[in-house]
Amino acid sequence: MNPSDQISIPPEALGHPLIDMLNLNRFIFCPGCLIGTVITSITRCLKERGLTSKDYAIVSGIGCTGRSSGCFKAPAFHTTHGRAIPFATGIKLANPKLKVIVLSGDGDLFAIGGNHFIHAARRNVELTVLCINNNIYGMTGGQVAPTSQIGDITSTTPYGNVEPPFNLVSLAAASGATYVARWPGYDTLRLQKSIFKCIDNQGFSFIEVLAPCFVQYGSKNRLGDAIEMLEWLKKQIRIKVDWPPHQATFDFKRGIIICGEFVEEEREGFSKKVEQVRIKAQNKKISRRIKDSE
Amino acid sequence: MSNASFQEKRILTTGNYACAEGAITAGCLYFAGYPITPSSEIAAYMSRRLPQVNGTFVQMEDELASITSCFGASYTGKKAMTATSGPGLSLMAESIGLGVMLEVPTVIVTIMRGGPSTGQPTNASQSDVYQTRYASHGDYEIIVLAPSSVQEMYDLTIRAFNLSEKYRIPVIVASDGIVGQMMEVINIHSNIELVERKKPQVPPEKYKPFEAFDDDLVPGMAIAGTNYSFYVTGLTHDIEGDPQMTPEAAEVLIKRLCEKIKKARPQINDWEEKHLEDADTVILAYGINARGVPEVVEQARQKGYKVGLVRLKSLWPFPDELMERIGQMGVSKVIVCEMNNGMIIREVQRFQHLFTVSGITIPTTIPFSPKFIYEKLIKEV
Repeated sequence: MNPSDQISIPPEALGHPLIDMLNLNRFIFCPGCLIGTVITSITRCLKERGLTSKDYAIVSGIGCTGRSSGCFKAPAFHTTHGRAIPFATGIKLANPKLKVIVLSGDGDLFAIGGNHFIHAARRNVELTVLCINNNIYGMTGGQVAPTSQIGDITSTTPYGNVEPPFNLVSLAAASGATYVARWPGYDTLRLQKSIFKCIDNQGFSFIEVLAPCFVQYGSKNRLGDAIEMLEWLKKQIRIKVDWPPHQATFDFKRGIIICGEFVEEEREGFSKKVEQVRIKAQNKKISRRIKDSE
Repeated sequence: MSNASFQEKRILTTGNYACAEGAITAGCLYFAGYPITPSSEIAAYMSRRLPQVNGTFVQMEDELASITSCFGASYTGKKAMTATSGPGLSLMAESIGLGVMLEVPTVIVTIMRGGPSTGQPTNASQSDVYQTRYASHGDYEIIVLAPSSVQEMYDLTIRAFNLSEKYRIPVIVASDGIVGQMMEVINIHSNIELVERKKPQVPPEKYKPFEAFDDDLVPGMAIAGTNYSFYVTGLTHDIEGDPQMTPEAAEVLIKRLCEKIKKARPQINDWEEKHLEDADTVILAYGINARGVPEVVEQARQKGYKVGLVRLKSLWPFPDELMERIGQMGVSKVIVCEMNNGMIIREVQRFQHLFTVSGITIPTTIPFSPKFIYEKLIKEV
C-alpha cells in the first residue's frame, strides 16, 4: 500500500494518556514487541515524578531500540552505533541538573558500545541505562549478539552459536553500577518501580529488560509468535530478593532466568566528583602548587 | 575572567598550550579526550584550567567516546572541544559525520604526526590533510583551519569555536607535531570577538530542529534543559527531525548541509599573501611547512625573480576564489610545498587552466628548509 493511501489518524484521536509526552508517529516497532511497553513505562515514571521535557534528555544508539528516542517529546538524541552512553555522559556532565536516560539494545550497549558501558559504570556517571535485551540483532536481520546463548540459531550462526553470552547483570555489577536490576518487559509494575529508583539514584543505574524478538530470534529458534514467546519467557522467570549479581542466571536451555534487583548501593556520582575537582582547582593555594610542579 | 596563566600581553608558550588557552578564551567549558602523542599536552592543560573556570574535563575511554561526549555537552549549550592526532581522528571519523548531521558546534584539534598507522608518533607531518576533509563516510563539507605558529594555535582555535558556533558544524584545527610542541612568544589580545550559536527563532510549539529561516541555511539550535523538545538523528531527516528514507529527503538535506558551508567560503577562507601584485610564480604552503617560505621569497626577489607567497590558514573548504584571483592577476606558475605525497596540490591542479602547477611534495616529517625550497624554485622559474 502506498503510504499516502493510508488513513491517517491524528494521534490526539487515539486518546493515549501520555500523548503530551510521546510522539506516536515515530513508533515503528513490530506489533507484539515490548519496546513500546518500556517507552511508556519510562514516560509514566517521568510524568509521575512531575518531570517535564526541560528536566530530562533521552539518548539512544542504533538498532530497533535505537529508534525509541524519537518517540519521546523531549530533547532526544539518536546517535551512532554504540555511542549512546558517551553522548549521554557529555549531556550529564555539562548539565548535571538533567535526568539523562539511555535506551538501547544489547548489541549496541554490549558489543560495539561495550567499552563505554563498563567505563560509565566504573565512573558512576548519573545515567539511567535501560538495555532492551532481545538476545539478537533485530533490525539488521537476526545476527548473533553478545547476549545470544550457546546453540542459538541466528543469521550468522546457522549451525548454532558457539560463543557464551555476557551476563549483563553480573557485568554491570562488576563494572561498578550502583543500581542493577533485571525484569521481563511485560512486568511493567516492577519495571516502573525500578525506573523510579534509577531516576532517584545519584549514580549509574542499569536495568536489563527482557524483550523477546519473535520476528528474528523466535522464528529462527522455533519459539512461536509474540504471545507464545512471552509465555515461553514467563515460564523461565524466577524473581529473587537480595540475590547476588554473579548468580543472576540467564539460561534459556535450563529454563531459568533470575530476575530482581541485584545492586542497590549509595556512592557519590561522577558529576559530584567533577564539582569537587572544580572546588580544588579554584583554591588558589592548590592550583599554584600544581602550576609550580609543572 | 580569572585568567591565572595568561594575564600578560606577551607570553612564551607552546603551541598545544596556546591552543588550549585559546579554547578557554573562546568560552570552551567541556573537554573530553584520550591521550595521544603529540597532542596530549592539550588535555593535560585543560585538566588544570577547565575546573578553574567552572568547566568540565574528562579523560574518556577512547576517541569514539571523546567526540560523542563533546556532542552531548554541546547540545546542553556548552562549547566543547576534543584534541587528538591522526590515529585518534581515524576513530572519530564516524562521529564527525554524526556531528555534521546533528549540526552540532564542536572543535576537534588534530596534531598531525607521521602515518599511516602508528607511523612516527613524535614527529610532525601534513599527511592527514585528506583525513580532515574526508574522514567520515557520506557527502559533506567541513571546515579545517591550519595554524603555522604558536600565535595561530591560539588565534585559530578561537576562530574554530566561532566558525563552529556560527555554522553549527564540527571545525577541525589541523596542526602538526612541531607547531604543537614548539615554543614561541605570542600576543594575547584583550578584545576578542566571540560568536555564539543561533538560538531557536520560534517558540517551542512551532520549533522544528532543522528549519533554516535565514539565507545562511543555519537552523536555530535548541538545547536540552530548556522548554524546547526536539529529536535529532543521524538518519536522513526532514526539517522536523523525522527520519525520511526518500531520495528527495536525501537531496534536500545533503544539499543544505553542503551549501551552508560552500556559500560561506568567502567568510571562512583565510590566508596570508605577499607580493601577488607583480608575481609571476607563487609558492603555496601551509602549516609548519610555510615557515621557511617568506625567506625564500625575499631572497628570490632580491635576485630579481618575481615570486609571491600564499600561505593558507584554512584548508577546507578549499579557497577556489583565491585560486581564480591568482589566475586573473597574471600568475603563470604555482608551486605547492607540502609534507605529504601531494594533497592540496590536487586541489590547486583544478585550476591548471589558469596557471601551471608544480609541487614539492615529500612525505617527510621535517619541514622544508629555505635553502631546499630556493634550489627547487630557481630550477623552476
